[in-house]
Amino acid sequence: MVRYISERLVYMLITLLLIATMTFFLMKLLPGTPLSAADKLSEEQQAIVLEKYGLNDPLPVQYFNYIAGLFQGDLGLSFQFDNREVTTILLERMGPSMTLGAQSLILGTIIGMLLGLIAAIYHNGVVDYGSTLIAVIGKSIPSFVFAGILQFYLGVQWGLFPVALWEGWEYTVLPTIALAIFPIAIAARYMRTEMLEVLGSDFITTARAKGVNRFGVVFKHGLRNAMIPLVTIIGPLAVSLMTGTLVIENIFSVPGIGEQFVKSINTNDYPIIMGTTLFFSFLFILIILIIDLLYGLIDPRIRLTEGD
Amino acid sequence: MENLLEVNNLHVSFDTYGGEVKAVRGVDFSVKKGETLAIVGESGSGKSVTTKALMGLIPQPPGRIKEGEILFEGKDLAKMKDKELANIRGKDIAMIFQDPMTSLNPTMKVGNQIMEGLIKHQKKSKSEAKERALELLKLVGIPNPEERIKQYPHQFSGGMRQRVVIAIALACNPKLLLADEPTTALDVTIQAQILEVMKDIQKEMDSGIVFITHDLGVVANVADRVAVMYAGKIVEIGKVDDIFYNPKHPYTWGLLGSMPSLESTEDELYAIPGSPPDLLNPPKGDAFAPRSDHAMKIDFEQEPPMFKVTEDHYAATWLLHEHAPHTEPPKSVQARMKGMASGSSEGDRK
Ligand SMILES: Nc1ncnc2c1ncn2[C@@H]1O[C@H](COP(=O)(O)OP(=O)(O)O)[C@@H](O)[C@H]1O
Ligand SMILES: [Mg+2]
Repeated sequence: MVRYISERLVYMLITLLLIATMTFFLMKLLPGTPLSAADKLSEEQQAIVLEKYGLNDPLPVQYFNYIAGLFQGDLGLSFQFDNREVTTILLERMGPSMTLGAQSLILGTIIGMLLGLIAAIYHNGVVDYGSTLIAVIGKSIPSFVFAGILQFYLGVQWGLFPVALWEGWEYTVLPTIALAIFPIAIAARYMRTEMLEVLGSDFITTARAKGVNRFGVVFKHGLRNAMIPLVTIIGPLAVSLMTGTLVIENIFSVPGIGEQFVKSINTNDYPIIMGTTLFFSFLFILIILIIDLLYGLIDPRIRLTEGD
Repeated sequence: MENLLEVNNLHVSFDTYGGEVKAVRGVDFSVKKGETLAIVGESGSGKSVTTKALMGLIPQPPGRIKEGEILFEGKDLAKMKDKELANIRGKDIAMIFQDPMTSLNPTMKVGNQIMEGLIKHQKKSKSEAKERALELLKLVGIPNPEERIKQYPHQFSGGMRQRVVIAIALACNPKLLLADEPTTALDVTIQAQILEVMKDIQKEMDSGIVFITHDLGVVANVADRVAVMYAGKIVEIGKVDDIFYNPKHPYTWGLLGSMPSLESTEDELYAIPGSPPDLLNPPKGDAFAPRSDHAMKIDFEQEPPMFKVTEDHYAATWLLHEHAPHTEPPKSVQARMKGMASGSSEGDRK
């Protein structure tokens, strides 16, 4: 197990290096410079700035410096915020983003699974159609529309939760709900399909033939088996949440990575863009690792045994 | 002796988009304690639906028991609510399924799957149930039970899994065991071992067994009586000897004729021509008539009743009517019957 995980970590590192390389060269291909918006600077001033950030060095040197910096946890300096390290900025902004991401992923999958479960148990009943409707709505309407609706009703009209900003737990409620709707929809649909399929399988008949009641059949025998394919979608869901936060953080003025990222793209702040991309990639690879470990936990057939 | 199970006029249908599939169309049979009744017939003849109906395991919808009685120790299971039935399933009546690869829960330890019924029906504590599970694994011939009990189904071979399925079925000493093609998915050696295990256990517990198979060789080995099923009906029923040495229904002749045997001198195996009827619109008269070489005019018009051959032997064919012309089974079947009378399968039955 330990060996398996350390092997995976090495692969993660290699993947990250490749991603870093790719983003680095892609950045260089982007039109414009960080200074293109800064008309106020004279030619000389611009030259000084470019020199300071090492942007006049030959490309291989720039690349080498960047990668060397990465190994020391140094993602470079931001162009927008003079002299501030990208690493520091990201660390500062990680909190709100992670809170929103984790809350909406956990809340979303749990609620979605429950919804799908109920739909499967009361197959073709009113509850089933209701939850299917919710799933379709949640899947087809983008989260920023919900964000607006939530802000208007729960925030402005009924004053239940603050409309925007980030000053305590209650501020997380609306953005979390807005983000959670998509995972709810996806998890509900998956759970329903998988559960129905599992409930039709032979071992469920075996369980019923043993005298196990309806409840036991669904929860003791069905749930774990239905959850195996569900684990697969957690990865894509997490990714959709990462991109979701880009928009949602802006709408709710949450000082997270997403909001920062959008600002940085608008100002060609390469180091931040690259840093954020790397950070998101890291998160994604980490989630894949966690999912693989989760698989082993749920499905004994792919359990990782010692020495494997 | 009194019947353990008595099935009267059982009808089971499935409501599909195409209409009502009449899978079981009036079946009667009985099983006594310690007795094995084999149900044979081509695939699709309604054997599985019949056994599932006995335990209330027909998926509802689309299935339903339309009519009939299922008297188990005098109580009608067909009229019981699912909750009541759940207390009988696994305790008094247990079932062994065909495919050991799919009939165990892949995410539950084998031990827990065996213990589940014991904890539910016999109110055993976990450790008592585990004790019994170990005993059962030994009984069905699984080596290293202490280790095996902690493993998952994927760590077992097909034959070993079927032993586990049998152990689950036997857990609470059921009075009636329904075995739906329990050895079809297994290779011949394993098959023989599993049959031995079942016979030993039956002797020990004196349970009644309904044994479904389409393999007449297995029938000769395990059964006391045989019911031949075709298109949702029992067309002939009798003691093993009656069915093997004095078969009356042309369908039974066809089955016997298509059975491979060691003594067989012919190169080609006989196959019943045509295919079973569509149960959405079952034919009038004798459902087998269109495929039979011996069909008469009346076979296409009127359904034959069960004619009595002897006290325990009945067959539903107009050939047994007093006005019917005397008809002998085809030569190949007669040869087969003679072969079997002197054959080896006879020896290990008694
Ligand atoms: N869920 C179902 N829906 C519709 N028809 C069914 C269903 N289950 C079984 N049947 C029909 O019942 C008939 C008998 O099936 P079955 O009892 O499985 O045959 P056997 O076990 O003898 O091979 C078949 O014609 C099959 O199509
Ligand atoms: Mg069958």
